[in-house]
Amino acid sequence: MKFKLMVNEQVRPIDADEATPLLWVIRETLGLTGTKFGCGIGACGACTVHVNGRPMRSCVVPVRAVASAAVTTIEGLGASSMHPVQQAWIDAQVPQCGYCQTGVIMTVAALLEENPEPSEDDLARQLSNLCRCGTYTRMRKAIRILRRS
Amino acid sequence: MGKLNRRAFLASGAVLGGGLLLAYFAIPKRLSLHADAGDDRLFLATWLRIAPDGAVTVLVPHAEMGQGVHTALPMMLAEELDADWPQVRVEQAPAEGVYAVGDLVRGFGIGDWRIPSALLRQVDYAAYRIADLIHMQTTGGSSSVRFTGHLGMRRAGAAARNLLLQAAARRWQVGISECQTDSGHVLHPPSGRSAGYGDLAEAAARERLDPDPPLKARARYRICGRPLARVDLPALVTGSARFGIDIRLPGMKFAAIRHAPVFDGVAVSCDAAAVRGLPGVQRVVKLPSAVVVVADGFWQATNALRGLPVEFDEGAHGRFNSEELTKEFDHMLSGADPTVDARIGQPEAVLAAAEDPIEAVYEIPFLAHATMEPVNCTAWFRDGKLDIWTGTQDPLATRARGAQIADLDTDAVTVHPVPLGGGFGRRLPSHLNYVEDAVRVAMEVPFPIQMIWSREEDIQHDYYRPAGKSRFRARIGSDLRPLIWDNVYTDIGLNEDRDAALIPYDIPNQRIGRVRHKTPVPLGYWRSVEHSMHGFFTESFVDELAHRAGADPLSYRLGLLKNRPRHRAVLSRAADLLGWGTAPEVGRGCGLALCECFGSIVAEAVQIRVSGDGELRVERVTAAVDPGEVINPDIAAAQIEGGIVFGLGAALWGRISIEQGRVVQGNFSDYELMRLADCPEITVEFIESGAAIGGLGEVGVPPVAAALANAIFAASGRRIRRLPMLGPERRLMG
Repeated sequence: MKFKLMVNEQVRPIDADEATPLLWVIRETLGLTGTKFGCGIGACGACTVHVNGRPMRSCVVPVRAVASAAVTTIEGLGASSMHPVQQAWIDAQVPQCGYCQTGVIMTVAALLEENPEPSEDDLARQLSNLCRCGTYTRMRKAIRILRRS
Repeated sequence: MGKLNRRAFLASGAVLGGGLLLAYFAIPKRLSLHADAGDDRLFLATWLRIAPDGAVTVLVPHAEMGQGVHTALPMMLAEELDADWPQVRVEQAPAEGVYAVGDLVRGFGIGDWRIPSALLRQVDYAAYRIADLIHMQTTGGSSSVRFTGHLGMRRAGAAARNLLLQAAARRWQVGISECQTDSGHVLHPPSGRSAGYGDLAEAAARERLDPDPPLKARARYRICGRPLARVDLPALVTGSARFGIDIRLPGMKFAAIRHAPVFDGVAVSCDAAAVRGLPGVQRVVKLPSAVVVVADGFWQATNALRGLPVEFDEGAHGRFNSEELTKEFDHMLSGADPTVDARIGQPEAVLAAAEDPIEAVYEIPFLAHATMEPVNCTAWFRDGKLDIWTGTQDPLATRARGAQIADLDTDAVTVHPVPLGGGFGRRLPSHLNYVEDAVRVAMEVPFPIQMIWSREEDIQHDYYRPAGKSRFRARIGSDLRPLIWDNVYTDIGLNEDRDAALIPYDIPNQRIGRVRHKTPVPLGYWRSVEHSMHGFFTESFVDELAHRAGADPLSYRLGLLKNRPRHRAVLSRAADLLGWGTAPEVGRGCGLALCECFGSIVAEAVQIRVSGDGELRVERVTAAVDPGEVINPDIAAAQIEGGIVFGLGAALWGRISIEQGRVVQGNFSDYELMRLADCPEITVEFIESGAAIGGLGEVGVPPVAAALANAIFAASGRRIRRLPMLGPERRLMG
């Protein structure tokens, strides 16, 4: 199937099976490797991107479902200068191996867009991404930095 | 490099185009070397380059997998060099024999013995040669800072600083003792002259190198001991960092793999014709124990693999069951004489005299590593040469294994080290099945392939932390102190550290031993290795003794640690941080545990709340750690925080079970890891006792399961002796 996809504010022609998960179109067809593969079942959040501003786990979203949507990947989040979430992630020295963090950052950026003052409960419910290095303490610290600013 | 008869040692030389380099040079039959700039192979051996513009480049032989080693090791070198930290650049050293990590051999082999200067070169050389011979470029065992940093990086920095001082003194015709260094400059205070390192670098390369320079006094540290930012984080938060799975090569295809479901099973046949016409499919490859589909895209390969009819032979282990193994453990513990690790006093006699010994048996399951980046490997065989791109905890061992699988000379194989999306032991030299598979496929196709394991393959074909049981018997004397500590544990493999089950407590009669058993389960080093088991076992049992004695678990332990000031200090501090001793509310409880491992001493305290029907909430964890010395307190704290989360998740949910020779769990839906919602508040403090520097990557893990179980007992009177603790409803089991 040939179609066009809006990714990071650019229209990109795509030729892929319509059932292909968005993740693999982003990583392989478009070569944007900042979005990661972690589980393939939407359980870990490493593949999180924004679809029309909402966080979505791209490993379980067939590309046909977003054909008319605006997709933002980590490469598009801080394209001109670092996004505040990315900066807070550095300020709090959050990442360890860093593999899951682009997905975490995309999730947090969308979450704060919707609700700039999330409670601990909001966070616990909505930030369910997995981090095997165990950087959760630092994630909380970074989010506190973002709340203050 | 390997074909000439070479010698390697710390030496210095000039860089082509000016500047200084300091290296483990590999040169034929010469004991010193000066400007030999025409040989670009010298660059391969470089640890340190100082360019004419003053930029200092440090090459780090170890893998970055989130532990911050690409920041901490250069900090150690820069400190001794007295470099200006913003001018320091870091590069990953390549997988070349000259980067074999000899300091690990020296560190593990002879520990902290002071080696006479006259012998230092020979000892360094011997250690390097051993590391080179065994293809050792390992990142593991919490050893990079301890050994490569302390024995290698610091010395390299100090040696280079000496050369720069000598060059300045010669230029200014002054005594070297009148010169000093500061932030990338040599200064001569009497005359007010100063020169930048870049300006002096080329001249410094002609000075005489002292291979055993004195190191800085810690009071003069300006870089080490500070919470400097990790050098690699900007690339990680922008997504521009390239992990193994992000490698892209011209014409590269993607490979999906399905292994024989039973350990040591065989792929007998597959019907390749059934998938050959599917979109994007390029090849179907049958390996000895797996089938692989190579396609234009990974999704296409995965889809085709799903539809590929395969016949697997189960081999000998199709009936293996981990539940039966635990019964076998009971049999082992009640039967054969153990191999004794340690014996103190008259344990048999004292135990025989005990009428009703206190007895407890603890149990732990197999565990998978589950790195967030599923294991993967990119390989390209062309013109008789093989290139491998992969996240590995040992690039040299990966090269050797790749060459062996491909039946090539080691020199025909190049490994390109990349950052790891998690390691935790999964990517150590004996666990390279993901490299072997990819190399076998690459040898059969004319294009580069990237093989990615699905999460299910990653979890079901890992090398697992051994399962086991540990039995304790003890007797408490009239003074309420333990008279006898008798511990026998099951050993199905990888219990290599004979000290791991030892306890720091002053108990007059002890017997600690193991009973061995073989299983078909592939076993692996898992963050903190055998300490992940014995930490839970021993610290749970000492807690049981404290309660039997009617004593506070903190003061009971302190009473048994009279001659262990470092242990006492961390234990007291972790307890203080938690607010130990304040009257707990109903349903709340606190627990403690202590562990000495990887050269560090760590205590952790846990506060929990548990409801009447077993719903558990881990509220707070505090840790006090004495690693002797801390290089970067922020990175160090992150390692302890991460270790606590790693250990807690395993204690609560971690379990790999095996039925009919197959791993039952397959993804994060049934192999659960800790998430933000479950993560307690964590506080970490360091006590720098000044003892020999210890490791930090693993030491956060071992105490936490026991501290948690002890807290649950304090809150509810329920003693958890089996991991994981939580059942299907997320409630306490057992």
